[in-house]
Amino acid sequence: MTEKVATRDAYGRALLELGRRQDKIVVLDADLSKSTKTALFAEEFPLRFFNVGVSEADMIGTAAGLATSGYIPFASSFGVFAAGRAYDQVRNSIAYTRLNVKIAATHSGITVGEDGASHQTLEDIALMRVLPNMIVIVPADGGQTYQVVETAAAYEGPVYIRLGRPKVPGVVPHDTPFILGRAQVLREGTDLAIVAAGYMVAPALEGAAELQKEGINAAVINMHTIKPLDVELLVHMARKTGAVVTAEEHSIIGGLGGAVAECLSEEYPVPVVKVGVKDTFGESGSPEKLLHKYGLTAGHLVEAGRTALQKKGQM
Amino acid sequence: MPVLSKADIKEIKSKATGLRRDIITMLYRAGSGHPGGSLSIIDILVVLYYKVMNVDPRNPRDPERDRLVLSKGHACPALYAVLADRGFFPAHYLDSLRKIDSPLQGHPDMRKTPGVEMSTGSLGQGLSAANGMALAARLDGSPRRTYVILGDGESQEGQVWEAALTASHYRLDNLTAFLDSNGLQIDGWVREVKSLEPLADKWRAFGWNVLEVDGHDYASLLEVTGRASACKGLPTMIIAHTVKGKGVSFMENQVDWHGKAPGQNEYEKALAELDAGGRD
Ligand SMILES: Cc1ncc(C[n+]2csc(CCOP(=O)(O)OP(=O)(O)O)c2C)c(N)n1
Ligand SMILES: [Mg+2]
Repeated sequence: MTEKVATRDAYGRALLELGRRQDKIVVLDADLSKSTKTALFAEEFPLRFFNVGVSEADMIGTAAGLATSGYIPFASSFGVFAAGRAYDQVRNSIAYTRLNVKIAATHSGITVGEDGASHQTLEDIALMRVLPNMIVIVPADGGQTYQVVETAAAYEGPVYIRLGRPKVPGVVPHDTPFILGRAQVLREGTDLAIVAAGYMVAPALEGAAELQKEGINAAVINMHTIKPLDVELLVHMARKTGAVVTAEEHSIIGGLGGAVAECLSEEYPVPVVKVGVKDTFGESGSPEKLLHKYGLTAGHLVEAGRTALQKKGQM
Repeated sequence: MPVLSKADIKEIKSKATGLRRDIITMLYRAGSGHPGGSLSIIDILVVLYYKVMNVDPRNPRDPERDRLVLSKGHACPALYAVLADRGFFPAHYLDSLRKIDSPLQGHPDMRKTPGVEMSTGSLGQGLSAANGMALAARLDGSPRRTYVILGDGESQEGQVWEAALTASHYRLDNLTAFLDSNGLQIDGWVREVKSLEPLADKWRAFGWNVLEVDGHDYASLLEVTGRASACKGLPTMIIAHTVKGKGVSFMENQVDWHGKAPGQNEYEKALAELDAGGRD
């Protein structure tokens, strides 16, 4: 396994490299540039960096205005503010207008840790994915984040990129291309498919290895693009395995689990067991303790895998 | 900036009267919409679109064009009337306002209507977008200007003041804002719902060059717009004192005419008044 890297750190560096190659890239932040890592870009390109202060709604609107004039703005804040505080601005000034704005939201999910519930967005995937025209991407590791930043810049239209605070291990093999809307099978399996995103991809791989010891052969899919969802691969895996577990650092309502369940209920109904935060707010604590308390570890995925198999037997 | 002769003023007035007719007719045919706030800004739009702004209907996406954001999007009938008259789209589009499949939506849609620079309707967002456009112009090293029109009720939105700080912090002297100070919002007089006073002082305190004008006086509007463009280092807010419903006597200063269309009798009465030369 390679060195651990936080996806926000990879974002900061990717943005800097992108900025060196493309002079239409501009970056906005709302007084969190040291945490979102846009400070790297700001230092090298002060004229293409706009700190609007603590005003996320204004940041989103300003980004929209820059996009109308041919710039490619990356607007960053914590997910809870970028998606939540500025929701109407994202909806009306970016999604409805189909403007070429990239929202790179860091500190998503429960792994924000000690700052507690006010800062842990567990609903941003749901909020963003319901907006027409919005692409929603959750990179699984540092290397993938690089690819996602490149892909988002090349794509014409609004993109929400969900990034995390803690360091995560490399999970996607280096030579794997990133294709928008094409999920990645990181581990083949026949008994059940664990569909994971972001931080939860690593525990999904661990969980699958555990299940193997029990003789259960679980596939692991990195569903990096939540919208548009890779329906083809999902249906293929559901058909092949007959049972699905979803894993995300987000509410079990409306996120990856919701998207997978919506899709399979229409296309190929199989039991779907959702691992995520169970319709509750988070709290302060270390990321590790929080992941345990809120049911987001490899162990919880193993349990969910067993449950899914039981349900499959009953169907 | 050109000075207006008596003949010019007469011509602009007759243009504005024709556009007021279009607004009333459009709303009558649509059966819904916002006459009050459309009639209060039409004179500002006429001065901008016929005397000030660099826009070319034959090349509506020209990167060097001036931009206008109608932040108080519900007043779009006024903008549509002007854009049609300037030739951005055929006049018959006006008959389809608010109807199914129409390019003229109930609130401005930049993807559906030629000449509309920003989709608005959710109040409070236009100044931020205009700031972004002005920042883009500066990055491009372009002399193009950005104009934005805000409502007074709209100015109760927090985002307006976030954006006010952004514009002054970045010294956006290529931005001219108008505040349509017609004194009314949906639930009544702005000063009774939630007062903005002292309004000019607030914008000054937020770092803006503030000018005040009679929003129905063409010569003065042209003059302050020129002064705004000449101001260096600060964005300019032009507080335009206007009359909601201006030009149709029974709509003037009437809160009820914020968001309803005239019925047939009202429509005929309004047109007769406008044809008779309007009221001064
Ligand atoms: C965010 C938002 N809240 C509420 C409304 C509903 N609304 C439409 S117009 C209006 C009053 C606006 O008053 P003002 O800005 O003074 O407009 P004008 O008098 O020029 O018509 C309101 C509350 C809206 N369009 N957007
Ligand atoms: Mg008003």
